[in-house]
Amino acid sequence: MSDTAGRQPGLSVLDRPNSYIGRAVPRPNIARLTQGRGRYASDISLPRMVHVAFVRSPYAHARIVRIDKTAASGLPGVVAIVTGAELAAVMTPWVGVLSHLKGLKSAPQHAIAVERACWQGEAVAAVVARSRAEAEDAAELVAVDYEELEPVVSVEAALAPGARAIHPELGDNIAFERVLDAGEVDRAFAEADSVVETTFAFGRHTGVTLEPRAIVADWNPGEARLTVYQGTQAPHMMQNIIARHLALEESQVRVICGDVGGSFGIKVHVYADEMATVALAKLLKRPVKYVPDRVESFVSDIHARDHCVKARAAVKRDGTITAFEIDDETGIGPYSMYPRTSGIEANQVVNLVGGPYRTPNYRARARVVFQNKNVMCQYRGVGHPVACSVTEGLVDMAARAIGMDPFEIRRRNVIPDDAHPSVSAAGLKFEALSHQAALAKLHAMMDYDARRREQAALREKGVYRGIGLATFIEVTNPSAAFYGVGGARISSQDGAALRLDATGALVCQISVTEQGQGTEAVIAQVVATAFGVPIERVRVITGDTDVTPYGGGTWASRGAGIGGEAALQAGKALRENVLKVAGTILQAQPAALDIRDGLVVDRDTGRERIGLEEIARIAYFRPDTLPSDFQPELMVVRHYVPRKYPFAFTNGVNACWLEVDVETGFVKLLKYWIVEDCGTIINPQLVDEQIRGGVVQGLGPALMEHCIYDERGQLLNGNMADYLVPMAAEMPDIEVGHVVSPTLESELGAKGAGEAGTAGAAAAVANAVNDALSPFGVAISAIPITPEIVLRALGRL
Amino acid sequence: MTKPIAISLAVNGEPVEALVRPRQHLADFLRDTLGLTGTHIGCEHGVCGACSVRLDGDVVRGCLVLAVQADGAQVETIEGASDSGELASLQHAFAARNALQCGYCTPGMLLNAAELLARNPSPSRDDIRQHLSGNYCRCTGYQAIVDAVEAAARAGAGGAP
Amino acid sequence: MKAPDFDYVRVRSLDEALAALAAHGEGARILAGGQSLVPALNLRLLAPEILVDIGGIADLSGIALADGTIRIGAMTRHADLERSPEIARHVPLLARAVREIGHPAIRNRGTIGGSLAHADPASELPACVLALEARIVARGPSGERTIAASDFFRGLYETALGPDEILVRIEIPAAAAGERFAFHELARRHGDYAMAGIAALARDTGAATLRIAYFGIGSRPMLAAGAAAALRDHGASEAGAAAAVRALGADLEPQSDLQASAALRMHLAGVLLRRALKDLFPDAAGGREEEIA
Repeated sequence: MSDTAGRQPGLSVLDRPNSYIGRAVPRPNIARLTQGRGRYASDISLPRMVHVAFVRSPYAHARIVRIDKTAASGLPGVVAIVTGAELAAVMTPWVGVLSHLKGLKSAPQHAIAVERACWQGEAVAAVVARSRAEAEDAAELVAVDYEELEPVVSVEAALAPGARAIHPELGDNIAFERVLDAGEVDRAFAEADSVVETTFAFGRHTGVTLEPRAIVADWNPGEARLTVYQGTQAPHMMQNIIARHLALEESQVRVICGDVGGSFGIKVHVYADEMATVALAKLLKRPVKYVPDRVESFVSDIHARDHCVKARAAVKRDGTITAFEIDDETGIGPYSMYPRTSGIEANQVVNLVGGPYRTPNYRARARVVFQNKNVMCQYRGVGHPVACSVTEGLVDMAARAIGMDPFEIRRRNVIPDDAHPSVSAAGLKFEALSHQAALAKLHAMMDYDARRREQAALREKGVYRGIGLATFIEVTNPSAAFYGVGGARISSQDGAALRLDATGALVCQISVTEQGQGTEAVIAQVVATAFGVPIERVRVITGDTDVTPYGGGTWASRGAGIGGEAALQAGKALRENVLKVAGTILQAQPAALDIRDGLVVDRDTGRERIGLEEIARIAYFRPDTLPSDFQPELMVVRHYVPRKYPFAFTNGVNACWLEVDVETGFVKLLKYWIVEDCGTIINPQLVDEQIRGGVVQGLGPALMEHCIYDERGQLLNGNMADYLVPMAAEMPDIEVGHVVSPTLESELGAKGAGEAGTAGAAAAVANAVNDALSPFGVAISAIPITPEIVLRALGRL
Repeated sequence: MTKPIAISLAVNGEPVEALVRPRQHLADFLRDTLGLTGTHIGCEHGVCGACSVRLDGDVVRGCLVLAVQADGAQVETIEGASDSGELASLQHAFAARNALQCGYCTPGMLLNAAELLARNPSPSRDDIRQHLSGNYCRCTGYQAIVDAVEAAARAGAGGAP
Repeated sequence: MKAPDFDYVRVRSLDEALAALAAHGEGARILAGGQSLVPALNLRLLAPEILVDIGGIADLSGIALADGTIRIGAMTRHADLERSPEIARHVPLLARAVREIGHPAIRNRGTIGGSLAHADPASELPACVLALEARIVARGPSGERTIAASDFFRGLYETALGPDEILVRIEIPAAAAGERFAFHELARRHGDYAMAGIAALARDTGAATLRIAYFGIGSRPMLAAGAAAALRDHGASEAGAAAAVRALGADLEPQSDLQASAALRMHLAGVLLRRALKDLFPDAAGGREEEIA
């Protein structure tokens, strides 16, 4: 693979003089953030603003018999106490389904529960007061009579014959079921030399954004307009949904998203308590702020990856993996989340298992099940970590069964780099992947053979280290195939508006959003390169539905690939327009001119002709000096959406090196390597940091992160001390390598990188632990891998 | 409802007099009363480190100190430590290494890193990882932060305060 | 997550503090470093009427050596212990253990008196003072009394302190020549409360004076008297170690929680004992780790 595949060198827009593409340009917003001068939604304070706290159900399932506000209403500072029924008068409920997930069903969900609470932590009343503390005081005194109902907690219980349906009107607890059968699975298993089989269990976990979700809603009755300051990944989606459920026009809702203290997919969903907050603002005609505290976050932020997958694979003695078969069960809580639905994660698992390999025979079933736990939905990596852990766990088991090195079995089975475009057994279309190149690069980076020697030598001394590999593919740059075709008003296209201001600098308003990943830096790099100015001359504006073009925002690793291409096309278009003005002023052919480093130059000689500031001056202040039939157009808008492929798949491979203390069961991560291929790399530093951060978000669930519920549906560790987020001391250094296979769909060639690290990290850890424990003849297929699990596997407890 | 209590303290070198309710923690006081929103709130039970501030020269959790306890104290926040220039070397290293993404943990990380370097001008990577272990970062995976602190140490940032 | 409403008084003397306690009875809580109390308030796990802040009492902190005893004022911060040359020299076990308490920002604020009075079974200092045979001095309306560490910890967050008493100081015999200690803790993240921990001290080079204290195992810090006796009887040999590990079954009452089952804690207690013995008696066979399973 080369980074100019399919293009003639020198003609690419990426190769322009003074290109910023491929350079580690510092982010424009970084100095502000290092000084504590960011502006997060939780920082917003408005005149007359009041605060909301929610009364939340202590039961996983309960009928709300009566709500008595008397005692609470009398407390100082209380402005209003609002029940679900009262709020339902201003806000309509929603149902989280998508038509392309056939059969997906869910029940109407209200902003505040009306008759029944369906999970521990569901809001049953809102208390609005002058301060959050006063709202909490009053919330304690809101007397709710509950009639506790039998909760349906485990997936098994939800699926059991005769199980009580959480939503009786839906008939049963199965929200969605998908089956897939490709090739000749039965025959492949019958003809296998070895069949490996196990059940993979995944602990429910969550995103723990360091800034909780945060929203300030300001209804101005004079303007009949709602301004919402929100930490969100998708401002236009929120604008649409808030308007729809408050019976407003979209033009009556403005969503502003400033700095966001971490999102990772947590902040791309429609949360009932945030919807309640906007409804309260409309009801009370004043600004209302809601920032869940950390304990609320654990019972209301979406959880993810509560999966149990029975899986098997068929392998031939020569290492050929001939079939995969999986049966996935996942519990999503009592409602499918709106509007992206809680069917996507399992759907992705079905799509992605076996994805890196040419194995043609594949059978899958996934069942998505309602239960009385917190809602579950898409979190960074959506389905990838589950699919990757299953696939890579099976591949290692297959290698062990036939006595083959884990690197070798992967080399033999990955789709060859020269076989693309190709289609996977699950029907995924791959434009260009680089599994072979990535494996070769990783092998060299980690000095695989030396590690194996070190491992053997240490084993002699009773030190048990392991190497775990995990290949992966990642869904990026989604087209309308992800949500739009299912009827959701979630834009897969993005727009960039670019203008030359009166000093010759550029302002780019763009619909992709900044969550800290560096979107604004990447867009500035692309614009500066495509147009031809120093990057300091580009200002990027994101996150305001009144200001930016319409678009999707940040999700599914799409900002650089889709937003970047829109910015590139806008940069080119504005350059053309500016050169027309320059040509008119200079009486030259625009085609003979170029813009380089902020100056209009002769294209052939590079000789300076005129500055941008002078062009702007003439166009804006002395248009009288231009021909009367010539109108300079110094602002352009361009949009982009991928059309040829539903998704731009990326790929990569992880390796984890760790040590298991077989006396204590503790696992120490020693080192981590990852090679990934996200196509054109706009900013290598930002890509590497996305990968590293993503890896650690996969390492956490592999070893520590787990939302632990009891049999009554109570979350037992919903606080920062008991839910273990990775800390600095336990995390390894991570070396990142790249292979570059640009997508040819866009001129930029960039694919996504935001979720790649998360996809395979848990798989690499589990495989490494099992490699370390291989002398004991035991294996673990459940995460998180706790000391307890290790010691039980070893038979030491 | 209890009566507010009068406190007087210095925040970033400026004298401040205020009436506070005993239950208000220092981080809320700095943010809500003084508008110093660079002190962030992540958990309010003393685990995440986002609310780190200096109290009489020592880095403390702003959510685990009551505002009334700061009566008579010198408090320094990220805004003050930035404006005085003492964090410049660390801030530069963080920016150069992209040791922050969302930036929410960053003020706390910087104050804690500065304290480490003041005590130990040439810490090992393990020293840095251990010292910063009370500060959550959910974005970076920590390596870039460790790199940045290491780079700042090499550049002599430990000489500050 | 805002604390419930409460009153607050900052006292300038112990007498004032005792008077405040007497006036408010069970409704009063002492505020020392606040690193355990304030989170409990923010989480609304506690709702005191009034906090009595003893942070303003000047003579409650400090470290002094006299007559072979180290006296540590109750309000001495963990960070002070960590940096104290006296502690490093005369109570090296404490110097070692204090580094594992929480994180630097917690140690800048948390105090030894607060930690002991809070009596979290998973925290380091209670087990250390047990191993060190420390004496805990409390002051109440009728004056001072001294409580042996072994009598101080009664149960989960429960101590021998009366509601009208304040812990004022800790007295620890200074290390003698030849004294050895071992300290280990297992926590899944650096700075977390221990899943299991051990603090062991031998006043001389043999096993005769060995005291073994555990934290993070049961509802309070515990001395493993049976294990120590086994080692006295058998010496620090493999046989002694094996007998000591066996004796832990009777010494400890491990508890199950989200982090670990009782069985895991009992197992880890044995592993930690072996590791401690290896530190204390490096030449003895008892340190052979491969025998542990």
